[in-house]
Amino acid sequence: MIARLAENVSPRAATALVLLLLALLVAPWFANDYLLTVLILIFYFAYTGQAWNIMMGFTGQLSLGHAIYIGLGAYTTAVLFSFSGISPWLGSFAAILVTVLCGAMIGFLAFRFRVSGVYFAILTIAFAEFARIGFDHLSYVGGSAGFFLPVANYTQSDLWTLRGKPIMFYYLSLGMTVAAVVMCHIMISSRLGYFWLAIREDEEAARAVGINTFRYKLIAVVISAAMTSLAGVFFAFYYNNLFPEEVFSINRSIELILAPIFGGLGTLFGPILGAFMLTGLAETLTTTLAALGVDVPGAKQVFYGICLLLVITVLPDGVWPWLYRRLGLAGRCE
Amino acid sequence: MSTLLSIDGISKRFRGLVAVDRLSFQVDQGDIFAVIGPNGAGKTTLFNMIAGVFSPDGGTIVLSGERINGLSPDQICHRGVGRTFQIVRPFPALSVEDNVIVAALLHRHLVPDARAHAGEVLRQLYLYDKRAQRASGLTLPDRKRLELARALATDPKLLLLDEVMAGLRPTETDRMVSILKELNRSRGLTILLIEHVMRAVMALAARVLVMHHGAAIAEGAPDQVVRDRAVIESYLGAETV
Repeated sequence: MIARLAENVSPRAATALVLLLLALLVAPWFANDYLLTVLILIFYFAYTGQAWNIMMGFTGQLSLGHAIYIGLGAYTTAVLFSFSGISPWLGSFAAILVTVLCGAMIGFLAFRFRVSGVYFAILTIAFAEFARIGFDHLSYVGGSAGFFLPVANYTQSDLWTLRGKPIMFYYLSLGMTVAAVVMCHIMISSRLGYFWLAIREDEEAARAVGINTFRYKLIAVVISAAMTSLAGVFFAFYYNNLFPEEVFSINRSIELILAPIFGGLGTLFGPILGAFMLTGLAETLTTTLAALGVDVPGAKQVFYGICLLLVITVLPDGVWPWLYRRLGLAGRCE
Repeated sequence: MSTLLSIDGISKRFRGLVAVDRLSFQVDQGDIFAVIGPNGAGKTTLFNMIAGVFSPDGGTIVLSGERINGLSPDQICHRGVGRTFQIVRPFPALSVEDNVIVAALLHRHLVPDARAHAGEVLRQLYLYDKRAQRASGLTLPDRKRLELARALATDPKLLLLDEVMAGLRPTETDRMVSILKELNRSRGLTILLIEHVMRAVMALAARVLVMHHGAAIAEGAPDQVVRDRAVIESYLGAETV
């Protein structure tokens, strides 16, 4: 297993990865609460970016409605916990089941009827919007007034119920991100991964070498949906409140695709690098503008947009492919 | 010799246009069979029906005794038909080796096994030294051979080649001819090719079928077919003969 993971990773890259991981493991001892929350946000985006990357980066299917999986995962576990006291760890199985069924349904409809490209993207937006409007009217979970998890002032963290301090969420989100990277690495180095890449590159040619493209696209949606639902679980238990207008909103779908696009589509480390850079950029802009006394509404968004535009123009493949050539690291997709 | 591919009365219409009109022929095991004809004769449509891209409007296609018309391209590939595209379609962002590994994974479940098989195929096609290159950066002759390598890596019984010689220089054509002859001789691979380059057809094919307006107008040995009056008329127009 370890040997298989090390395959395709050069010694330099492996050393750098281990050092980065160690630094992140000890970070809470040096970071203040603010920095910790920023890092948690980074891991959240790195994780969801990794999940979305399976569909777009590996398989070439543009989903702009991943908020549906976040929201379904969040609501499922939150409801099970609040109403029946079921631990989010067990609730996650239910969340995965719900989102897998939802992803399979969207995928089946789209791929069975050969909906692809921008039409597929529109279909995913439509389903996320259905969910948003549906949950707005679902009084069982509070409707548009929102759903709240029980909160108290915790002195100790309870990992089983995910009630506690930010440091617990820090390690949880770090663990999820590492697990996602490892899982994606295993998948992309396997038969499944090769078939995904072939479909991304040329679907008709993929079919001509015997790949059942319907089946493998469906597998990609289902795995991506299941992974994203766990980000929803995290979201629910970290923020403790859920509003359909917020969790299912198109903004949520868009924000989670920025990190992988910025970092490098179809790469393993791209979403992580992208999450670090974008969240870092946003936080730096907030502090800098505040320090400069600039109080123009939307100034941050404008600067943020300009930065995004610049990087995408100069490095259309994302930052990571460029950086890793610069660093002289070897590997197929790292 | 047993029949590998048997085509019986297949037709394909695109709205008003009859692209292939009740065409029948048979390809024996181990044969090299060429389909020639002027542009628009329906050759590529014929190929796309055999490969499962289009379903014929009528008639049957039988491979090794099994009826395959109506199956999808991936199911037909599973049954042992490898194909190339007239306009080459490599997986551009993948390396040459990864392109072939994808195809080799059809009948192999482990990547290392597929890589070993891909290596053999790449050596046969003189692409092994370029295995780490991106497919998009290859020259046309290399891309043509990559297209062939990918089809071969699926371990086909029948290889469908759609104008693999088009755009090649004469020396490259001769190289491709010798590669195909060797594959046919050493593995007993059956090859069905569409070709415009007569130099290649004369050197390779044991039998030739000539199509015109979707129908067969002649079939036989290559030197016999090129002297056929109907064939010459189809290419040059009746008034010139």
